[in-house]
Amino acid sequence: MALLHLLLAQAAADPTKGLTAIGRGIVYGGAAIGPGIGIGLVVGNAITAMARQPESAGTVRTTMFLGIAFTEALALFGFVLAFIISG
Amino acid sequence: MNALLLAVDVPPISNVTIWGAGPLGFNKTAAIYVFAALATMLVFMLGTRRKDALVPAGLLQNTAESGVGFVRNQIIMQTMGTDGLQYLPYLTALFFFIFFSSITEIIPFVQFPANARFGMPLTLALATWVIYNVVGVAKQGPLHYLKNSLIPPGVPKPILLLVIPIEFVSTFIVRPFSLMVRLFANMLAGHLILVTFAALSAGLWAAKVTVVIMPFSFGLLVAMTGFEILVAFLQAFIFTILTAVYIDSSMHPSH
Repeated sequence: MALLHLLLAQAAADPTKGLTAIGRGIVYGGAAIGPGIGIGLVVGNAITAMARQPESAGTVRTTMFLGIAFTEALALFGFVLAFIISG
Repeated sequence: MNALLLAVDVPPISNVTIWGAGPLGFNKTAAIYVFAALATMLVFMLGTRRKDALVPAGLLQNTAESGVGFVRNQIIMQTMGTDGLQYLPYLTALFFFIFFSSITEIIPFVQFPANARFGMPLTLALATWVIYNVVGVAKQGPLHYLKNSLIPPGVPKPILLLVIPIEFVSTFIVRPFSLMVRLFANMLAGHLILVTFAALSAGLWAAKVTVVIMPFSFGLLVAMTGFEILVAFLQAFIFTILTAVYIDSSMHPSH
């Protein structure tokens, strides 16, 4: 509760904070578009592969996590960048 | 010392660059890392005492044996093959250390993943960087290692002008950086989600009218706590398997 009040008080005190928040939202939102599509492709194709050939599910799952990890890195760069932005 | 255990007492993000207060800058993050290192050592020291027992018994021995089996079969054999078995001790220790220092995120009254401050992820990523470079230089020789990691096979000569800088940045700079950011940002994001829903639940509970929507926020808090167990495990797995993949790319270059 105290935390919420603190956040609200800060937001009311300094209007430029709002612009920073919008900037952070745009940065993270933009950074999440590509990886969102990419992870969808990776997992979707992995599911197709597993359904077609259930005996190779173990290998496919490991490779799928690798693909997710590489794709997701871009979104996480955006996440960190959104924190680095200061008003 | 009491402040170390409070769930609400979390070192600020500026502690990344500012050495914390107290003797030697010891804070909650450092305490969790000490716990994680001790827990990793204890699992394998106590779990391997019964050397001549054929059937594993007890929590520690089962954890140690299935942990080693998991890293061996799911990480090393999938990426490096039998050549990579010499890295089994390091990778197992890495996996357990990262898991133990992230799982504190959901332990009541601690509720802080130490990997949400990027000191240790950075150190571990640099360790991986040193290992795969040393392995590459030792196995292939410095010139061959540079050539194999900078020039992908089957690329036409003129395009090399473009490819070599890209490969250099991606192999020697982005690899450790993305390893660090992946672990750090995942744990920080999970922690923030839990904090948000906990604060929201508390706020809705205190305000009399809005208490009817509190169960949704609280239910999501419970669900996300369960999800964070998965994330802590998955991030430890991904960090370890990427280390294995990078070492493999130095050991067995693609021709």
